[in-house]
Amino acid sequence: MEQNQLKDRGTSVFWPIKNKSRRVMHRGRAGIILENTKYIIETKNLVKVFGKIKAVDDISFEIARGEIFALLGPNGAGKTTTIRMLITLSRPTSGTALINGYDVVRQPFEVKKQIGVVPQQSNLERELTAWENMELTGMLYGMKKEDRRKRIQELLEYVGLLDRAHSNVEEYSGGMKRRLMIARALMHRPRILFLDEPTVGLDPQTRRKIWDLIKSMNRSGMTVMFTTHYMEEAENLCNRVAIMNRGKLIAVGTPHELKQNIGRIVLEHLEGDVTTRRFFQSRMEALKYAGSLKDNTNINIRPANLEDVFVMLTGDDLSDLG
Amino acid sequence: MNDFLKFYPIFWREMVYRKKRLGKILIGSVINPILFLTTFGLGLGKRISVGGENYLDFVLPGIIALSSLNNSYNSIGADLNIRRTIYKAFDQYVVAPIKPSSIVLGEVLAGALHGFVSCFILLGLGFLFGAHVRLTLMFFIVLFTSCIIFASLGVVAAMVADSHADMASFGTFVLLPMTFLGGTFFPVDSMPIIVKALVWMMPLTPVSFSLRSIVLGKGVPVYSIIGVFAWAVIMYVLAVVMVSRKSAN
Ligand SMILES: Nc1ncnc2c1ncn2[C@@H]1O[C@H](COP(=O)(O)OP(=O)(O)O)[C@@H](O)[C@H]1O
Ligand SMILES: [Mg+2]
Repeated sequence: MEQNQLKDRGTSVFWPIKNKSRRVMHRGRAGIILENTKYIIETKNLVKVFGKIKAVDDISFEIARGEIFALLGPNGAGKTTTIRMLITLSRPTSGTALINGYDVVRQPFEVKKQIGVVPQQSNLERELTAWENMELTGMLYGMKKEDRRKRIQELLEYVGLLDRAHSNVEEYSGGMKRRLMIARALMHRPRILFLDEPTVGLDPQTRRKIWDLIKSMNRSGMTVMFTTHYMEEAENLCNRVAIMNRGKLIAVGTPHELKQNIGRIVLEHLEGDVTTRRFFQSRMEALKYAGSLKDNTNINIRPANLEDVFVMLTGDDLSDLG
Repeated sequence: MNDFLKFYPIFWREMVYRKKRLGKILIGSVINPILFLTTFGLGLGKRISVGGENYLDFVLPGIIALSSLNNSYNSIGADLNIRRTIYKAFDQYVVAPIKPSSIVLGEVLAGALHGFVSCFILLGLGFLFGAHVRLTLMFFIVLFTSCIIFASLGVVAAMVADSHADMASFGTFVLLPMTFLGGTFFPVDSMPIIVKALVWMMPLTPVSFSLRSIVLGKGVPVYSIIGVFAWAVIMYVLAVVMVSRKSAN
């Protein structure tokens, strides 16, 4: 494996490579690297129990190389626990998870080298400056001094923090901290980036900036897995999404597929205080149905979204739970 | 990078942090010893003697032992505990490809160095207060080893305690008895046999006994010094075990 890695590093800067489409990247990489497995992340029957709570209840999924994969679900669904098992911060109660072919329990060291992590809560060193935080990370991953210096410069510039590089992190705003955490996670050029609720608590502009960062990293060939309880975030960003509720995966697919399965068009009908939703494959069918209703004053017809999928599959309301 | 040198980033972080707080740290290192020296050296010291020694001369090695405990333990324990339980900065180390043994080594070396420097300040002040001490190489070896013991204990506490309150209890139940009974302020010999047995099980006791014996020119107490080294190994291993246990739960 050591050799594979060297080859990989040697042939591409890996990040950032601008103006290269993902498809080209894929073909290029497949030709160069002896990939261990088809999927870069594979979990099988993953379970995590805390006392009596089954936080993660027998979940299995795969993520292909170069994908942006979203784990969507309300608070308490088990998203963070799932991520923590994949990044070796938490030991699965049972089941297996492979990261680039390495087992998270048996080969945690190899797994750690493959991944960059942006946690839900800031875990930066508050009394250190941005530069010092990055330096610490570079040292922890065994990077050479000159490489560290160049990389820090490049990444802080990329996330727009170069002018604040020498202020202590405790003086940073939430958005700045998040951007610094992203830069830090990229420091050692990981193959896979994990982000836990990357935009929670941020203003709309910063949020958009983070989305752009994620997309641009992905364009350079990085696999991205993130969690969110914002359905529009999953919808905007990911290639595929897994919907999670009460520790279980209830659906996995592209947002388009998932919506297709329930019906692409929603008709909402408000009677008294109760809204009922019906799903149709086309606007025509929805309109026909609306025409057949006795009282068709409070009717709204719109394209289905992931929240509808969630509600349909669980009977719960994502916004209520979130 | 050489596997042994992997501790360096951890140590580096602690040094960067300390450099920024140098003023506060120095003031802290001076106030405590001055209070001790005033109380025992000037207050009590004039009136009493222990085993034929001037009390200040008797108590200074005890205070140095105690100071190695307090400074090494405090310089690591509270900060690491907060970084683990509240700021989660410790997770950074856990997701990085670095072994618990290296994490502990980096933290402990930093804490021990901090404690060691504080003891030097105390020693200098002791001279100013007119204490007579004989310093040998063995004195400094024992002192630094003591700093390693208690910096490791700081790591253990930081891992065991899941809250600030737990951390405080740890101080009360583990450190406080040692502070008063570990041969610091009066000779262990004068205690009843059962208490004596318990007291000799505390890691501070062989430290203060060894330091005192060296300083007062009563020779190098081999068993006691072996005890000090043994405690350093035990505490370091315990710290590594606790870090491994807390790093994936
Ligand atoms: N360390 C822990 N100890 C006990 N229960 C936990 C722990 N971590 C998470 N849980 C529980 O597991 C469930 C899933 O939590 P989490 O993975 O944080 O959900 P999400 O990230 O989707 O909001 C919740 O019921 C939570 O209370
Ligand atoms: Mg969460």
